[in-house]
Amino acid sequence: MTATPAISIRDLRVSRGGNLVLPDISVEIEKGSVTGLLGPSGCGKTTLMRSIVGVQIVAGGTVEVLGRPAGSSDLRNRVGYVTQAPSVYGDLSVGENLDYFARVVGVSPERVAETIETVGLSGFTGRLVSSLSGGQRARVSLASALLNKPDLLVLDEPTVGLDPLLRAELWKTFHELAESGTTLLVSSHVMDEAGACDHLILIRDGRLLRHTTPEALRRETGENDLGRAFLKVIESDEEAA
Amino acid sequence: MSPRITLATGLRVLQQIRHDPRTIALLLLVPALLLTLMKYVFESEPRVFQQIGAPLCGLFPFIVMFLVTSITMLRERTTGTLERLMTLPMSKLDLLLGYALAFGLLAAAQALVICLVGFGLLGLNAPHGVLIIVGLAVLNALLGMSLGLLVSAFANTEFQAVQFMPAFIFPQLLLCGLFVARDQMAPLLEAVSWVMPFTWAYDALARAVSPQPLSGRVAVDAAVVLAVTIGSLIFGAMTLRRRTA
Ligand SMILES: Nc1ncnc2c1ncn2[C@@H]1O[C@H](COP(=O)(O)OP(=O)(O)OP(=O)(O)O)[C@@H](O)[C@H]1O
Ligand SMILES: [Mg+2]
Repeated sequence: MTATPAISIRDLRVSRGGNLVLPDISVEIEKGSVTGLLGPSGCGKTTLMRSIVGVQIVAGGTVEVLGRPAGSSDLRNRVGYVTQAPSVYGDLSVGENLDYFARVVGVSPERVAETIETVGLSGFTGRLVSSLSGGQRARVSLASALLNKPDLLVLDEPTVGLDPLLRAELWKTFHELAESGTTLLVSSHVMDEAGACDHLILIRDGRLLRHTTPEALRRETGENDLGRAFLKVIESDEEAA
Repeated sequence: MSPRITLATGLRVLQQIRHDPRTIALLLLVPALLLTLMKYVFESEPRVFQQIGAPLCGLFPFIVMFLVTSITMLRERTTGTLERLMTLPMSKLDLLLGYALAFGLLAAAQALVICLVGFGLLGLNAPHGVLIIVGLAVLNALLGMSLGLLVSAFANTEFQAVQFMPAFIFPQLLLCGLFVARDQMAPLLEAVSWVMPFTWAYDALARAVSPQPLSGRVAVDAAVVLAVTIGSLIFGAMTLRRRTA
């Protein structure tokens, strides 16, 4: 790879509430790809994503995003972040939420209808967000990050609680975005989603286990099922330790 | 800073309130009802009603906006929308001025209702006109808003935020001169009252509803209120952190 990576993390160290959550992590993510961030609950996926979008206080190391230090003000137009818990206004309708975020990022009102369509919420525009189901609310949150077509999208478990059909559709959208040049970093608990990623980052206890691809992981472990492959990697890692 | 984002934020806050008609009704009616209650409590002492009720018309919006803003901002923090906004191309001042816009308008509506009731129906006197009282009320509301924003940074839960009201507002209400003239208090308290913003807010109102000719002191009072408002907005902006632990 000669092109500059979309994300370049070197010796990142993060403490939260007195715990060393990420002791020392280094990883690079190339542009225009879909990278899955996988690992058990509490391993530090959200913390890593927060460091990338620049809202996490870090104890050491460097994080560069699109060639600039993470959190730089000129990145705010170019990086979209969807938090794990939907962060939208429950006391506004779907349309009002997206209208507001559209005005903030400065895109035309037509984009609002388009993104509502993308996340499969046409027909819900006038509904109050607090009256939506958990999965629907998560999709409003996702839609608001898609509005301005950022260069980098950081999505923290965007498909949790969604049915397989909708999940497949969203993953199709993710790949379309990647083809148009967007870089996506998507965290997930669900290993069957790992197969849909171009690259995989496996984390355990704040440590990088593997930066690989689905095929390479299958080849390495001899397991076709990525969930079992992940378990094997953890086992061999423990034996080595 | 961008006027587009400031306006959008103001509009968004107003939309949120529009979806909550009960809050609007409480906001507009409760002060007027309390004032009416007061009139009958002081039925045999109309002078006291004038002395306390008239300035109170301009002080209510301070108290209400303090509470409403601290809760709104706390919710913005706890629901993660603040974190999202901090990742967007939006300056902290856009957010705060958007709040000021929305709550300023709301305060104006509240002040209009309470003044219509107080000076129109309940027989309070406004020798220098009602407009100056509405104007001071809006100014005081913005002061309440900016102090509310500031203290919300020190509250992690809505229970805590609500406690700031008695902790922060009651002492100021007692010391401002509304119930007892300040020169009759213990000297230490009188000295303390000088540094409380509420004292200046009250002083302006007391002058605006007294039959004596208006002096430049009203403008001085208003200027102090404005200065404290701007100061605490700036402090409030500093408590909004883009990066958190
Ligand atoms: N605000 C916080 N204060 C202190 N510790 C925290 C805080 N947030 C997270 N942690 C701790 O940091 C570790 C990593 O948390 P993080 O949220 O990054 O995990 P995660 O991989 O995203 O988990 P999940 O899959 O459950 O979302 C956990 O052990 C968690 O307890
Ligand atoms: Mg997480």
